[in-house]
Amino acid sequence: MKALQIIETAYRATIEEQDDTVVWFTHAMRGAGAELAVVLRAGAVNYALPGQDASGLAFGDWRQTQPPRIAGDVAALLGRGVPVYVVTEDLRIRGLAEAPLVDGVKCISEEQLHKLVEEYDHVWSW
Amino acid sequence: MRERKTLTFLLMDPPYESARTTTAFRVLQVAAQRGYDIKVFAYEGAVALSFAQQTAHANAVHGRDAETEHHPLPKDWIAALMRDATANGGRIDWVNCGLCVDERGVGAAIEGVRRGSPADFWKLATDSDNTLVIPTRG
Repeated sequence: MKALQIIETAYRATIEEQDDTVVWFTHAMRGAGAELAVVLRAGAVNYALPGQDASGLAFGDWRQTQPPRIAGDVAALLGRGVPVYVVTEDLRIRGLAEAPLVDGVKCISEEQLHKLVEEYDHVWSW
Repeated sequence: MRERKTLTFLLMDPPYESARTTTAFRVLQVAAQRGYDIKVFAYEGAVALSFAQQTAHANAVHGRDAETEHHPLPKDWIAALMRDATANGGRIDWVNCGLCVDERGVGAAIEGVRRGSPADFWKLATDSDNTLVIPTRG
């Protein structure tokens, strides 16, 4: 069985979770042998941009020492054999068409995405 | 004789935050009444749906005490759905994401709910006829 994870709701409690919950979930399932791919669309295309820094959160004398490093988590997915795609149109409308992406992330159009979903037994949209 | 389907649902919204939860429970109800084999994986805030210490409250705006108000508790919905599924020849296997439970302190779940991990979700989905993910939005 193959499943395609489409992530479009971005930065959902990522500071509290120290993760994107769906990227994390994908890692965990991959660790159990799941065959998966990830599509980043809508606001989640930003996950493919390196150089983000979410550090510095502090409340009183409490300091968050481990901020989320989502671009790194995306890169790690690629390293574990999980293809990661980003939707070109969603990059473009956010002014990110020329932005550098995490190495290995593939750009696809909306039309190509429609064809991609046919290659998977399940498509889960988050 | 109708084939008994196996369906997996992933829920993510916490209780009392989104109409998606009620809608999801309506879908579960139909599946339960059809005697389907139902798997539910509760992820993130949805693990609180089965928290055993949920307590109904009075509603002063309505002018009703707790008994008369009959405030809905998701844990009671789950228990009722489990009974309904069993009465119709099916069952509900409700799995809470264990780490999500721990970080929220909602380990006291009602009877029939078990802990699991994303690996369990993958297994449930693999063994099902279909799987529906209902994530938190916005």
